[in-house]
Amino acid sequence: MAALMKHRAVRIGSIALLFFVMGWPLLGTVRASVLAVVVVALQALAWASSLAPAGKRPKDWLGGADAALARWRERSPARVRGVLPWFVLALACVAPLGMNAYTLNVATDAGIYVCLALGLNIVVGMAGLLVLGYAAFYAVGAYTYAILSTQAHVSFWVALPVGGALAALFGLLLGLPVLRLRGDYLAIVTLGFGEITRITLNNWDSFTHGPNGIMGIAPPSLFGFTFSQPLHYFYLVLAFAAFVAFLSHRLERSRIGRAWVAMREDETAAEAMGVPTVRLKLLAFTLAAFWGGLAGVLFASKQLFVSPESFNFLESVMILCMVVLGGMGSVPGVILGAVLLAFLPEVLRGVAEYRLIVFGAAMVALMQYRPQGLWPSARHLMEFGEEKERTG
Amino acid sequence: MSGLTEFLQQLVNGLTVGSVYALIALGYTMVYGIIELINFAHGEIYMIGAYIGTIVTAALLVSGFPLGLALVLAFVATALLTGMHGVSMERIAYRSLRRSGRLTPLISALGMSIFFQQYVLLSQGAKDKIFPAELSSGGFMLGPVRLAYVQLAILVVAASLMLVLTLFVQKTRMGRAMRCTAQDQVMASLVGVSVNRVIAMTFFIGSCLAAVAGLLVAMYYGKVNYLVGYVAGLKAFTAAVLGGIGNIPGAMFGGILLGVTESLAAGYIGGEYKDVVAFIVLVVVLIFKPEGLLGARVPDKV
Repeated sequence: MAALMKHRAVRIGSIALLFFVMGWPLLGTVRASVLAVVVVALQALAWASSLAPAGKRPKDWLGGADAALARWRERSPARVRGVLPWFVLALACVAPLGMNAYTLNVATDAGIYVCLALGLNIVVGMAGLLVLGYAAFYAVGAYTYAILSTQAHVSFWVALPVGGALAALFGLLLGLPVLRLRGDYLAIVTLGFGEITRITLNNWDSFTHGPNGIMGIAPPSLFGFTFSQPLHYFYLVLAFAAFVAFLSHRLERSRIGRAWVAMREDETAAEAMGVPTVRLKLLAFTLAAFWGGLAGVLFASKQLFVSPESFNFLESVMILCMVVLGGMGSVPGVILGAVLLAFLPEVLRGVAEYRLIVFGAAMVALMQYRPQGLWPSARHLMEFGEEKERTG
Repeated sequence: MSGLTEFLQQLVNGLTVGSVYALIALGYTMVYGIIELINFAHGEIYMIGAYIGTIVTAALLVSGFPLGLALVLAFVATALLTGMHGVSMERIAYRSLRRSGRLTPLISALGMSIFFQQYVLLSQGAKDKIFPAELSSGGFMLGPVRLAYVQLAILVVAASLMLVLTLFVQKTRMGRAMRCTAQDQVMASLVGVSVNRVIAMTFFIGSCLAAVAGLLVAMYYGKVNYLVGYVAGLKAFTAAVLGGIGNIPGAMFGGILLGVTESLAAGYIGGEYKDVVAFIVLVVVLIFKPEGLLGARVPDKV
């Protein structure tokens, strides 16, 4: 035991020393020492937790919650489970009563993020295609409304389908050639597409006013009622989010949704069973783009101002993280992820500058310890239980 | 300046930038060749290399080392320190995910990339870091074309590193183990190759090359910024795909081709769309020749 202890201590010490040397040029002596101490603490913690009996280690703690979730899914009658979404919706309806103007604004943004994340969930979660430039479709929708509203005084309700359709067209045009590619190439091409969109919006001064953005967008109105107060927007966005969530839920269990899942799990097998994979990929892609476009119109009508800044790569990553954090392919999970991440900056406001570094580290940690997300879909819950063989 | 001279000048500039892309692309391609992961954080490794190089050079110059010696020492130190970053990244973020499908390690790599970027932003600030020695002004005329000493250094260093890498992969025991692991990890481990060590070594070498590229670019432009890694990484990835990902000569070729294309495009179309050109090249190659210019078509593993 003593020999092991000595060995372990030497190991921890040398790793800490390595991190000190590595961090020293960038961090300086003091902060590099702090880093070394943190590394020692983490290693010691990992060691201590490995001493606990199997099944009771910290990483197993969440497993208990999962088991409870699975049991609840199994035992509770469908009627009880069916009540949960209505309960959440009712809660969201009365939530603004307890909010100040600032929180209400964040909550509205959270609603837009729910729409976006649910849209991305179609393509990433259900169909299993990694899209890294989702903000581009969002941008297409937002700029459509911005330009139509300022140049042609087109109303919100007309711009809404137009923005969605235009984004879907972009998705279709991009998807046609690239969907034959393997997964990680697709990720990069969509990333490149996102960048091209942003750079073009930034440089095409005569059309998009470049980095200055477009101001003076008209707020939406309905039968003479103008959505001018933050509270109005909240309910407008909430209605959209609820609608999108409902559609996502229906889509999940549909024939198309099941075909997507089959394709995600094993493309070759799905094709052998007669699933038209290319057409379904294209459908997922276009539908997700349409959704993104709608959310973009919604965003433009809320901000009354758009600029390329809002649609950068980090925005795409943020939306992806909402999907991943909640649980890919799980509608309640994705909603949870979107709301959590939208409110995260407010929670971390005191340490705002550390927000992104925490975010990056959390992404890595999440993939290590909980790749299935916080609220995994029932199907993923079964899959992740066993070690999965790597497939091409 | 006549048309031909301008063309030649852009060609030389393109070759310089292209060799840098090639050095970074090698890291992408080697990692992809072995574990089929697009290491998104590789661009940030390059950026960290540029920062460490700048800081170490400054420290050495302040301690009174002559410029030449300081640069040589800085190259060695930067390569080692950045290589350690690469190895730690693999150990922390990728190793345990090797058997878990495609999406999971890719997202982990994205997280790593954000982490590194913010790490440098928080420790070094958002302002440009100025390289301590003014190197880009000296140069000579090669016929009608001006070649800065730094450009010459970039070309020479890049070419010799690529040569060393090729020899290493082809001739040494470790190189053979790498090729073996790239073909079949399970078989490799059965015949006694330490797969973990080989993969760590791959990350180390890739990161060293990226670090050298980073220091060279810091010398060339005279400054670095915490944001440079993202675009450079994307372009190097484009270069790797252009040549055929997983293919070492392909990455070198792709880098140089991309650098030249981009320089010519910037010279003739306009600088602000320079980055767009690279992405369009990427999209076109992926659509029409996804195996790359030098790569053989690899069937998907089922």
